[in-house]
Amino acid sequence: MTIAPAEGVVTLPDDPFSPANIADPCPMLTRLREAGPVTWLEKCGAYAVAGFEEVYEVLTDFETYCSSGGLGPRDIREDAGWRPPSILESDPPIHTVMRRALTGVINPATVRPLRERFTGPAEEIADELVARREFDVVKDLAEKYPLRVFPDAVGIPQEGRENLLPYGNMVFNAFGPQNEIFDLAFAHADEHSAAILRNCARENLDDTGFGARIWDRVQDGLITAEQAALLVRALLSAGVDTTVFGIGNTLACLARSPRAWAALREDPSLAKFAVDEALRLESPFQKFHRTTTAPGVLGGVHIPAGAKVLLFIGAANRDPRKWGANADTYDLDRQASGHVAFGMGLHQCVGQPIARLEIELVLKALAARVDTIELTGEPVPLTHNVLRGFASLPVRVTPRS
Amino acid sequence: MGGLSARADRRGVGASTREVIAERVDRIADGVVSLVLVTPDGSPFQPWEPGAHIDVHLGDQYVRQYSLCSSPDDLSHLRVAVLDVPGSRGGSRWIHGNVRPGDTLEISEPRNNFPVRDSRKYLFLAGGIGITPIIPMIERAAEAGKDWRLVYGGRSRGSMAFAEQLVGTYGDRVDVVAEDERGRMDLAGVLALPRAHMLVYACGPGGMLRAVEDLCMGWPPGSLHTERFAATALGPGSVAEPFEVELARSGKTVSVPTDRTILEAVEDVGVRVLSSCRQGLCGTCETTVVSGEPEHRDAVLTQDDQDGGATMMICVSRAAAGCGRLVLDL
Repeated sequence: MTIAPAEGVVTLPDDPFSPANIADPCPMLTRLREAGPVTWLEKCGAYAVAGFEEVYEVLTDFETYCSSGGLGPRDIREDAGWRPPSILESDPPIHTVMRRALTGVINPATVRPLRERFTGPAEEIADELVARREFDVVKDLAEKYPLRVFPDAVGIPQEGRENLLPYGNMVFNAFGPQNEIFDLAFAHADEHSAAILRNCARENLDDTGFGARIWDRVQDGLITAEQAALLVRALLSAGVDTTVFGIGNTLACLARSPRAWAALREDPSLAKFAVDEALRLESPFQKFHRTTTAPGVLGGVHIPAGAKVLLFIGAANRDPRKWGANADTYDLDRQASGHVAFGMGLHQCVGQPIARLEIELVLKALAARVDTIELTGEPVPLTHNVLRGFASLPVRVTPRS
Repeated sequence: MGGLSARADRRGVGASTREVIAERVDRIADGVVSLVLVTPDGSPFQPWEPGAHIDVHLGDQYVRQYSLCSSPDDLSHLRVAVLDVPGSRGGSRWIHGNVRPGDTLEISEPRNNFPVRDSRKYLFLAGGIGITPIIPMIERAAEAGKDWRLVYGGRSRGSMAFAEQLVGTYGDRVDVVAEDERGRMDLAGVLALPRAHMLVYACGPGGMLRAVEDLCMGWPPGSLHTERFAATALGPGSVAEPFEVELARSGKTVSVPTDRTILEAVEDVGVRVLSSCRQGLCGTCETTVVSGEPEHRDAVLTQDDQDGGATMMICVSRAAAGCGRLVLDL
């Protein structure tokens, strides 16, 4: 279906998925916001939502801006998507039972015991890296640590874990257009998908992890076996990549802000705030789509039914109307709570407490061992349709004196 | 019992009290009396908001909390409705047996632990006498032209206070579910489809609220607001005493008055705490308790965790009755 822009809306020529805008999205995000909170992107055939208030409205009005049309540019109800829709691509009432099952399994009470289990591996990795002095934050830390702790928490076998990152890469890149980035991510799609699906089956999950707890809800009659497998799949596809990016982006912020690192080193209890502010400033999940179910007005713009709106989380989290004139600055003193890096409302990230815990533990382990952290080369941004992070982030640390 | 916990078996729950006269005492449903309270000199009461309650001092023995079910727009009187619970430990029985028109009672000023957040749509769920705090909420929602609906369950119409008036005033927006006519409220059906910008306010017995909490796990975080009144469950607001919090790591001590949360009091002295919903729902402000006994008012911790008392959500939870000092790992 082709949707023409509503009359009077500002039309922009920007392509958010062009190589230049993917490598450095900030100038484009500013342009979008300055052109208006809601604009028409002719290259995408979608409305761009870049103001914090408007992004918040779309996220919380899940009736007008539905998810079952998919988070990508195509309406997955019109032609079959590349996989059965996930909880992220569903609306109530289907979403409701799946979310109930998931919230019952992952909540602060079930995540709290992970702190103890996750601390040792964070400290071991930190010891090893500090001994080396120079390392790559992405390859040696951000990609290592979540893969070491998270699959165990879900309860999947060791075999096949190498598919987790490539599969996450497929899932998130598919929220953008079918471009070269997409094609590259999907080069070995069948192999990765099959491996992940195997791990979602009850018989391949251990008896203690989140995966088994999700399957328990099938016995309760809350969800079907198919939904249980989809929920385990959701944990495996959304639980690793985003945290990898969260760790990398947080350390990038801190490596560029020696004052913030010094404050954290003095008081490691600031780690939680350092994480929150980094998630605001360098939000790993930058953009995704919703589909309108009815005509509506957003940011003064009339939007017809059946339109795709592209939410710019990264722009909302840097909107000066919400965050003030220094919105583009990493400020450890800022009250960053209320950002939309984990979404908001109905589809708000269920794994949020786990992701926060992992990043916090990494920071605390490093802060306890490291006096200074500095970049030894230009960070290499990762080429990705919707996630923001680095392919490489070389640093040097000085051990605590 | 009214719309709140009846756990407070002791004197002196509220800091300041005043004398009022029970102008009217009416039986308004099976086992339910309504008390209309006025001041001795006819002066108006302090302003209050829907969801508020008062402590009522009963003879020399008990202090009980009852939700206000009069109109916050009419401060010439306050009204509470009290259910006589057979086998209860005395509070409601005392009111039913002792209070006559013209009697003097001692009450606190209205306080609110169940305030209503502004939103576009509301779903009100009431079980039995849990209707009381909901009545002013409905009045306010109707005045503001909000989209709202009430599902009100009870044993029989005769036992359901205000049922007839509510249907008479609000018509189709009110669904009265009398168990002897239609069976129990179909909560799973009522809550099957979350609506955008709809908040759920529920008050009733513990079993009903546990079912509502479970069903609302599929709703947007923060949609559900509850108040318990079962005698066995510790309800919000059973303690309203100021207390002190010692911050073990920053070496500071702060006083927490009755109208501030621990989180606010701690922030006031410049100690940072990560928080998000500030309503006891998300778990972000979870804080380790070094010593002292918390009274948990959050919807996050499991019963075991709450009983253990090693951790608390400082955005809503407070010090337990008789615990004048909490030491927190902050």
